[in-house]
Amino acid sequence: MERTTRAFKENSRAAVNDAHLQQALSNMRKGFIDKRGKAVGKLPEFEALRDEGRDIKAHVLENLDFYLEEFEARVVEQGGQVHWCQTGAEARETILAICREAGAKTVTKGKSMTGEEIDINPFLEANGIEPIETDLGEYIIQLAGEPPSHIIAPAIHKTQDDVADLFVKHHARYGKTERLDEVRALVDEARQILRQKFIDADVGITGANFLVAETGSTVIVTNEGNGDLTQTLPRTHIVTASIEKIVPTLEDTTTLLRLLARSATGQEFSTYTTFSTGPKRPDDLDGPDAFHVVILDNGRSAALGGEFHDMLRCIRCSACLNHCPVYRAIGGHAYGWVYSGPMGAVYTPLLLGIEEAGHLPNASSFCGRCEAVCPMRIPLPKMMRHWREREFEGRYSAPAVRRNLGLWAWLVRHPALYNRVTGLAARALRLLAGRRGRLSRLPLAGGWTASRDLPAPEGRTFKAQWRAGGRPGNRR
Amino acid sequence: MTEPAPRVGLFVTCLVDLMRPSVGFAAVKLLEQAGCRVEVPMNQTCCGQPAYNSGARAETMAIANQTIAAFEGFDYVVAPSGSCAGMIREHYPRLFAADPAWSARAEALAAKTFELVGFLVDERGMAGVEERLSARATYHDSCSSLREMKIHAQPRALLASVEGLELVELADGEACCGFGGTFCVKYPDVSTSMVDSKLDDVAQTGADLLLAGDMGCLLNMAGRLKRQGSPIRVRHVAEVLAGMTDGPAIGDADG
Repeated sequence: MERTTRAFKENSRAAVNDAHLQQALSNMRKGFIDKRGKAVGKLPEFEALRDEGRDIKAHVLENLDFYLEEFEARVVEQGGQVHWCQTGAEARETILAICREAGAKTVTKGKSMTGEEIDINPFLEANGIEPIETDLGEYIIQLAGEPPSHIIAPAIHKTQDDVADLFVKHHARYGKTERLDEVRALVDEARQILRQKFIDADVGITGANFLVAETGSTVIVTNEGNGDLTQTLPRTHIVTASIEKIVPTLEDTTTLLRLLARSATGQEFSTYTTFSTGPKRPDDLDGPDAFHVVILDNGRSAALGGEFHDMLRCIRCSACLNHCPVYRAIGGHAYGWVYSGPMGAVYTPLLLGIEEAGHLPNASSFCGRCEAVCPMRIPLPKMMRHWREREFEGRYSAPAVRRNLGLWAWLVRHPALYNRVTGLAARALRLLAGRRGRLSRLPLAGGWTASRDLPAPEGRTFKAQWRAGGRPGNRR
Repeated sequence: MTEPAPRVGLFVTCLVDLMRPSVGFAAVKLLEQAGCRVEVPMNQTCCGQPAYNSGARAETMAIANQTIAAFEGFDYVVAPSGSCAGMIREHYPRLFAADPAWSARAEALAAKTFELVGFLVDERGMAGVEERLSARATYHDSCSSLREMKIHAQPRALLASVEGLELVELADGEACCGFGGTFCVKYPDVSTSMVDSKLDDVAQTGADLLLAGDMGCLLNMAGRLKRQGSPIRVRHVAEVLAGMTDGPAIGDADG
């Protein structure tokens, strides 16, 4: 997808002024925050479960090479293949080669963030293979020609009207020309069209929520069942996943699944939880003839052991996006690449570099709500701050900002002078404001006064009054 | 025998010092009511958050050194702000974790640093105040107070004792108001959208008085409300608890 991380400011300005987008985003509180709150409230051991989940993934990251090799051994034992890919380009070529071997013309796809990260769809199209997204949200944005704006609700920026318009436009070729105005009818129409695609597909590509080392299974959760049809019907099943998706045992997987559904959608469990273990065996009724797992690194292993190590615990539940006031204000596209919200603010610089994605970890009020809801207890604000430190130390931040900060920091370390300067500033601002009590404009403070008044200082600083003997009820 | 009055160093905070000294005096009054002896070191300035949140670690450490030296002699350090208290309590120890000389001093200061209302209730056992104010109020939990300092019940308990004050809860009270220090001037469009969401919730409560325990949030919300021409008054919670509400509210005209 086109990368616009450097244009975050312009993107976010456009987003907050986009009434249509704002309408689409206005359901997040009810749709996500309230539902998660209720689900968590019903599970007294949720906090203990978070500790368990964090510990499972922390253990995996300490022993990642071991578990990845164990996973591969189990997959191979069962007749599948594992492909290790350092970069997105390697992963794309690997997938294309498998598709060609299968003689694929049509590929159905389940939702996969790794697929987005490696930009697989345009690559397959350029090579004469038609990819069809089968998750309803992904299908909608594929029709719209847009990237997902949320990691589990990719079309959250679309309203029902948008979807009706897209279907009228794109479904005419299937003989569907009526504009539908009910959600049920829209879903049914998409289902009918996708049903034939499932049957026609030569290859099915899914992501993976977990890779289970002890069994060589890949796990996906969906609420539509599209993943099952994607991976069971075609002759070849390709799983795309990044290295940190590994989990040691089935037992661990169930712990994480309990956390995932509640954190993501407020469900106790997703509607479909599907384990795929190798290709179809002789007495299986169905399943693919070939089973491939494409495991992507793309810079992640370099983060192991460093400041961003803990980020690799992420299970892509989207709780941090759903509770983020910045995400709520601007949606996912403004972040300019695949991952958005707080997890994207830490993850994206890891994959693209801080020079490219510097705005993302800066555009946070550090409210801390993401960390408070993260099922893996990832200290997201702390890691955003680490990025800001890298940026500051690497001198990527704007020279004017650095200069002003340096001046201010110097003044703050000279209390006597500081007290005089702030004393003057308090009086000057008070004079400027007069009896009105606030300022509507102030030189160099446009960032504040463009949308807010500046309440005026009372006149003398607290310290000046205190030093003059001022006390409560006896102000000087 | 009564215990001797503890010596409390008031960390005024740079925003209260510059913008709203009344809050500092309200804090002193409340601390004295709670049996404390209050002192105000003149060599205090800022806790260092603007530098810390801008990634300027060395500058932050230098500022923190100064704060530690200025306050380590007190029994307690109290700030009328969850954000600044949280900086000293949660972040100073992290800053110096790898510095043996300063680590112990940072830890010691952190352990005795409190947000004002939390200190009054949890450490001094204050159960109520003897003030009255006729108002329908709502209270905004600042993110640092709520999540770093675990302040939630304490201000509500004390506000409940103010005669004539009706307290109405905000919907989605855990949501940030959009201040975020330098964030609000670096990303003004996003920040404004956030404060507007918060103020929609404030309007829903029908409150005529908006309270909070952090000057940053208060300046942000008051600034936006006044720009919109709203009559809702905005005050620091300490002003109400200390009965010091005679002067104009934040951003309001004199008289």
